[in-house]
Amino acid sequence: MKVIKAENISKLYRLGQVGTGSMFHDVNRWWHTMRGKEDPYLRVGEINDRTRKGSSHYVWALKDIDFEVKQGEVLGIIGRNGAGKSTLLKILSRTTSPTTGTIKVKGRIASLLEVGTGFHPELSGRDNIFMNGTILGMTRAEIKSRFDEIVEFAGVERYLDTPVKRYSSGMYLRLAFAVAAHLESEILIVDEVLAVGDYEFQKKCLGKMKDVSESQGRTVLFVSHNMQSVASLSSRLLIMNNGLVRQFSDPVEGIACYHQENTGFDKNSYSGSSIGGLGDNDYLVLNEYYLCDESGNRKTAFSNNETIVVNLNFNIKNSDPLLTVGVGLYTADGVNLFWSIHLEEDSPVSLHQGSHSIKILVRDLCLNEGNYKIELIVALHNKQWIYRPEFNAPYLIFSIFRPSGLRDIWSSKRQGSLVPNVKYIK
Amino acid sequence: MDKNQNLNTKNLVNIEEQEIWDLIIKPRTDLFEINLREVWRYRDLMWMFIRRDFAAQYKQTVLGPLWHFIQPLFTTLIFVVVFSRIAEISTDGLPPLIFYLSGITIWNYFSSCLIATSNTFVANAYIFGKVYFPRLVMPLSVVLSNMVKFGIQLLLLVAAMIWYAINGIEIHSGYFLFFIPVIILMMAGMGLGLGIIISSLTTKYRDFTVLVTFGVQLLMYATPVVFPMSAVKSPDLKFWLSINPLTPLVEAFRYALLGAGSFDAMHLIYSGIFILLLLVFGLFLFGKVEKTFMDTV
Repeated sequence: MKVIKAENISKLYRLGQVGTGSMFHDVNRWWHTMRGKEDPYLRVGEINDRTRKGSSHYVWALKDIDFEVKQGEVLGIIGRNGAGKSTLLKILSRTTSPTTGTIKVKGRIASLLEVGTGFHPELSGRDNIFMNGTILGMTRAEIKSRFDEIVEFAGVERYLDTPVKRYSSGMYLRLAFAVAAHLESEILIVDEVLAVGDYEFQKKCLGKMKDVSESQGRTVLFVSHNMQSVASLSSRLLIMNNGLVRQFSDPVEGIACYHQENTGFDKNSYSGSSIGGLGDNDYLVLNEYYLCDESGNRKTAFSNNETIVVNLNFNIKNSDPLLTVGVGLYTADGVNLFWSIHLEEDSPVSLHQGSHSIKILVRDLCLNEGNYKIELIVALHNKQWIYRPEFNAPYLIFSIFRPSGLRDIWSSKRQGSLVPNVKYIK
Repeated sequence: MDKNQNLNTKNLVNIEEQEIWDLIIKPRTDLFEINLREVWRYRDLMWMFIRRDFAAQYKQTVLGPLWHFIQPLFTTLIFVVVFSRIAEISTDGLPPLIFYLSGITIWNYFSSCLIATSNTFVANAYIFGKVYFPRLVMPLSVVLSNMVKFGIQLLLLVAAMIWYAINGIEIHSGYFLFFIPVIILMMAGMGLGLGIIISSLTTKYRDFTVLVTFGVQLLMYATPVVFPMSAVKSPDLKFWLSINPLTPLVEAFRYALLGAGSFDAMHLIYSGIFILLLLVFGLFLFGKVEKTFMDTV
């Protein structure tokens, strides 16, 4: 059953300050609509990229967004800062309305764009539970009936009659989330609000959100930058970028895709003309350089136990016994994980003059979730660099998505670049 | 048989899916979309706002709620000295203290309603930006909590009246005493109507905030608060003063409570119509602004 159906949602924002100029725009807009003409400022928006300087004063924070959410789904929403996530949540929670489009909703929406909205520092924890609860749309009777549950979930029983201004920020957050988690709404909208709590509490909140959707059949929409929690919680993923959305039915795949696009590089493969920029050398002409899996599907995202196959097509102009090809693997922050060259093997393939098509199988990598850079090495061994990693070598970016077989105990991902199998025995 | 039934329920679900939506979020709203039923559903929130106002206002003060009395009392004393002793303006035969105190009490109710509600959007932007509830709850709760404060100040006035009565100065509360709640409601409507109009305008242009603070002060002198209408001799002036829809309210309040002043039914009906129009226009403007004010505030 669909509970949310959004059609053509767009949101236009005016940039800059409100002043005398905006008064002129208002009058002009009013004059146009009075004569039955189109709003002169609605057309001038452009795609919203905060890093680029635009020419108009108006910008589309959201542009023609369509999506649907079914009952009981957990929809994760990810995207860079300024991608339009919060604007979307604001429209859904009715704190502002869209410029165009409609959203149809079934059931009550409770939105948690911030924890502790309406908390008054002077009031006691007890009063604030009622204050916050009623602001979020509960009645006093509803709050009363769940009061003990809320207090227990927050774990602040001792401080219940102390003004919340004396609370630690963590306690404040606990109390606020506890109220929100016990809302009796069919749809829960959560912005990135859990970043402040301690680990134990974050865990508890995520568990509660999961529980809310699974056992109570309520629908959750949440924004997070924490990919681990997105991957483990959501049943579907919405990626936002410059006011546009893409949907993924498999969150893990979506996250991999998102990682890839946001590394700042966009190199997925080398072929044809893109190689021309690498410069000439006397030994080798590279024709193609790309990654695939063992069955030959070109890929840029791999799971961590998958074999990565590096494909090379090149012509040898002048053969040399010292000529070697290989790869160097780097993390996204440029740490070298390993180098490998084909001459290191006992009986290396021979690189005689002519065309070659070589596959480099990289097995048992046990890399952690994240982005990696694979640089092509070509050299006359110990004599001369032809493609030197981090200098002039062509490189490919690939990402590894969620390592399997680890408990969700790590709040984002396990530390480090590797996820070897580690055993603890007593 | 079973299969058929299944099919039937499936069809039903489909129909349900297509037609029943509890809420439709869309860009522009109809001319009048004031959902009073929704406001009623949020009555508990209104109550919480009122409670919060009182609980938080005098926290960490020594005199606490006594401040409710101190403000009108000292203003009254100043008025007694300036307007009665120095300027020697008539007080309609009433003891000056009672005359000014009654004027200030009813005027304060109007002005505090107006000033607080005219700030609704700007002052609560931080809450409004985070959570949805019918925005009208906010100004309504302001009007109600000020009504409680008005009640407290009315006690002071009654105490003063009793003190004068004990000391042998008679005050004639007329049969119109029952009319006081109506006057208060009209005052509330006036403050609310004007307040929400101004608050709707201030979301974009803050000029109106500046206007309100000194406008209210000026308006007080255009209302018979520190002087009775009977003291105004010039017919021109009388005319201009009676255009002010607050004039009959203050006069009627004094008349009902203290037996001095005037009670002019036609004049009150004029005020009533004025207030009604103000409220209708105010609610219309408020409803229009509340949808998108977060983008301009």
